[in-house]
Amino acid sequence: MSEQSYIDTNVTVIEPVAPWGFIDMRELARYRDLLYFMIWRSVKVAYAQSIGGIAWAIVQPAVQVLVFSLIFGGLLAVDTGGIPYPLLSTVAVIPWSYMSSAMSGASGSLVTNVHLLGKIYFPRAIFLITPIVGSLISFLVSSILIIAVLTYYGVGINMQMLYLPFVFLLMMLTPLSIALWMSSLAIRFRDVRIVMNYFMRLFIYLVPVMYPSEKIPPEFRDLYILNPFVGVIEGFRSCLLGHPMMWDSLLTSASVTIFLFITGGIYFRRMERVIVDVI
Amino acid sequence: MTGKALLVDEISKLYRIGSASDLVSKDDNAVVRLLKKPLNNYRKYRSLYRFTDEELQGRKSGGDILWALRDVSFEVEPGEVVGLVGANGAGKSTLLKIISRVTPPTKGRCVTRGRVSCLLEVGTGFHPELTGRENIYMNSTILGMRKREVDRKFDEIVEFSGVKKFIDTPVKRYSSGMSVRLAFAVMAHLEPEILIIDEVLAVGDAEFQRKCLNQMGNAGRAGKTVLFVSHNMAAVTRLCDRGLLLRSGQIVQDGSAADVVHTHVSGGHGEAAAREWSDLESAPGDDKVRLRAIRIVAESGAPLGSADADAPVGIQITYDVLEGGQVLSPYFTIVSDAGVDLFSTTDADETADKVARKVGRYISTAWIPGGLLAGGTHYVRAVMRSVREQYRPFTERDIIAFNVIDRDSGKFGTGWWEGRPSGVISPRLQWSTEYVQPEMVIEG
Repeated sequence: MSEQSYIDTNVTVIEPVAPWGFIDMRELARYRDLLYFMIWRSVKVAYAQSIGGIAWAIVQPAVQVLVFSLIFGGLLAVDTGGIPYPLLSTVAVIPWSYMSSAMSGASGSLVTNVHLLGKIYFPRAIFLITPIVGSLISFLVSSILIIAVLTYYGVGINMQMLYLPFVFLLMMLTPLSIALWMSSLAIRFRDVRIVMNYFMRLFIYLVPVMYPSEKIPPEFRDLYILNPFVGVIEGFRSCLLGHPMMWDSLLTSASVTIFLFITGGIYFRRMERVIVDVI
Repeated sequence: MTGKALLVDEISKLYRIGSASDLVSKDDNAVVRLLKKPLNNYRKYRSLYRFTDEELQGRKSGGDILWALRDVSFEVEPGEVVGLVGANGAGKSTLLKIISRVTPPTKGRCVTRGRVSCLLEVGTGFHPELTGRENIYMNSTILGMRKREVDRKFDEIVEFSGVKKFIDTPVKRYSSGMSVRLAFAVMAHLEPEILIIDEVLAVGDAEFQRKCLNQMGNAGRAGKTVLFVSHNMAAVTRLCDRGLLLRSGQIVQDGSAADVVHTHVSGGHGEAAAREWSDLESAPGDDKVRLRAIRIVAESGAPLGSADADAPVGIQITYDVLEGGQVLSPYFTIVSDAGVDLFSTTDADETADKVARKVGRYISTAWIPGGLLAGGTHYVRAVMRSVREQYRPFTERDIIAFNVIDRDSGKFGTGWWEGRPSGVISPRLQWSTEYVQPEMVIEG
């Protein structure tokens, strides 16, 4: 027998209520091969039988930036403090697209995988992590657009870019933390998905994607930056354009996200076993 | 728990069915009710998986609670092959889902030793856009294998599946037979300590089913613990050492597979092999025809539990025609305990396949002559059909079983003959023997 290569050779005790605690990271680590294939499958299936394939990851944000530039940069002439509008827009649109697609994908992941939920056991968090990591592929591809725009406008390498890994991590953690709460709610209350799809479309006005965050009146800024997405978008802008880091929004975003991540992780652990009975 | 592969300790599972109206208080007026609706909805969803102590004690026998399982306890030794038997809705699948961790028990505890692989459906996680190769990896890891394990067994799996030529073709271009074979090849190469199999035999052709059964037999011999749910009683008898009979969420019998199957198919009503459906709604069939009873009868018409191999035995079907105008022929297939179809027979009456049946009750009996069946358990598959109109209101596998006893020890008994004669039937044939003189042989 080759027990070593199998996932669990120990004694498993199955009881009515899961003990309070965070998602079992060790179990998740044991299932990493499955996670790998799930992510790989989601990427492959997303671009199967499409002529453009992964190129769509560049076309979509490019068109969005173009439209925003024409309307807000040209028609409405939003004051950007001297920064060319396409530059301002590109470095925000791409992380925002990632976060919104990762968040709606992860939040709806349990509902879309109901057929697997009722059939077989593996850590349910895999469903959530799959779109979070899977969406990174198109994010990375569309980053080419960021590099192109930065080069075109002559923005060089700067020291702020050292903060990029931190902002990048926060960009992944924010949608995951929200999805930890939303995914199991979405399976119990189908309203959640309807509301989420609707809100994500409105939400773009609550993040500095079409406009610079300086447009927000200072007395509302404290409230504004409570939205964890704001910190991520501002973080990308500062890092990539070499502006001073907006630590207030970045640290607020990190705090809110970590709070949601920990509480969400506990809630998810609590719910992951019973959701199958609520479908 | 020492040494036990599986320990199920007083497991109960409750489901709440249709509880919306109970939660709205009747005193409120319409506006208050409307405003309270989201809150009530929330309570309703919460109540789907939460039960009050009263409900758990079973004191409050409210109409909205279903005990899918009630205080089920049993232990399984490593290497045992256990068949779970019971009617639809008896709780078999719920039990398997709890053991495989798909759903938690409401009460009780379950301990498993070693890895559990659960085959509830062939090809779980197969994606039509992925190639055969990719799906092998996908499906294997979903079933709990590690990648390096799949790497090691990959060639073997492909070889077993017989779709080597198409391994890099998307599965959506496969025939359904091919994808089932591929999925089964993956299943066959799992090496869990505990294997849970639920009705996988329901799919696929006869050859595939045979392959499945062989593989299961191998698993048992290799010392793996197997929990097997099937409506194929012949398979349960053949493969399992032990049977558990579930009825309304409780274990009513724990014994040898043959005994348990016998109790199940005979409906638990004494020894006679008979099944009756007193409730028209739950009887097999549709709005036009319903099956009411199946009996094994002797020449005298008396119901039998076991038949004498030398006497004729009748298989009697009682059915109600609720809506006239259908041309109907009942059709039986006799299946051996090894799962082999012995023969099929249909109503040979001249009028049976020509004349439409009037509303009313019909009782038809097919007579199997004495001296044909071999000793052992036999199963009946009953089909109601209309050949001309492609109409088939019911097909019931293993609807009834009966035992054939070959008492004639002088011929094939326990006396000088070792064990049972080989072969699936045991016809009494006329033999003739002639003595030839030795000198005549030499001359000839």
